[in-house]
Amino acid sequence: MDIHGSVQLVHAGGLHARPAVALTKLAKTFRAKILIAASAEGPWIDAKSVVKVMGMKTPAHSTLFFHALGDDARAAIEAMTRLVEEDFSGAPE
Amino acid sequence: MITATDKVGIVIVSHSAKVALGAAEMVAQMVGSDIPLAWTGGNSEGGLGTSVEQIIDAINAAWSEAGVAILVDLGGAETNSEMAIEMLPLERQDRVVICDAPVVEGAIMAATESWGGSDLDTVRRTAEEFGKKMD
Repeated sequence: MDIHGSVQLVHAGGLHARPAVALTKLAKTFRAKILIAASAEGPWIDAKSVVKVMGMKTPAHSTLFFHALGDDARAAIEAMTRLVEEDFSGAPE
Repeated sequence: MITATDKVGIVIVSHSAKVALGAAEMVAQMVGSDIPLAWTGGNSEGGLGTSVEQIIDAINAAWSEAGVAILVDLGGAETNSEMAIEMLPLERQDRVVICDAPVVEGAIMAATESWGGSDLDTVRRTAEEFGKKMD
């Protein structure tokens, strides 16, 4: 399964430390390979790498693009976009 | 499901108890409490410094069969952590590593990687990868 998704980053501070950790933790709960980018053209980075996600330094109101490959890719994209929509309040404990 | 005890333990060692506590608080809030985490800072007299005995206690407190990753700040924190590792039982010594990474940032990177169930070498490399990005 090869699923794409995108969502606008509403978090006031952009994709800074706490949201980056939350996003990485959620990505790690899926078997699918999950890629994230700040542009539809990439560069695509591994959403399970906390160092790389934090290094994106994406500002608020930019759009995040997701691409997931694997049997649970659809669930992964739904959960990842929901996390961003809900302003990172629903990260796994 | 990976339980907390299967996850790599994280130990924070700073010359300052306040720095060590603050770093541990950041890990607990950002990554959560579902990983073995311990911190130590200050010498046995309550001043700035590190104590081999306290580091050993912290390693044992955060012990996991998956191993323990230590984050240190400066000089003595590293050498005392090395001494602490040497004083552990032999079967535990090769399952404890010191990460060459900044103590606060490295602790958060290592803890996030541990939370996801990664092995000790991956946890250490993730913390050190962040340190390299700072250069």
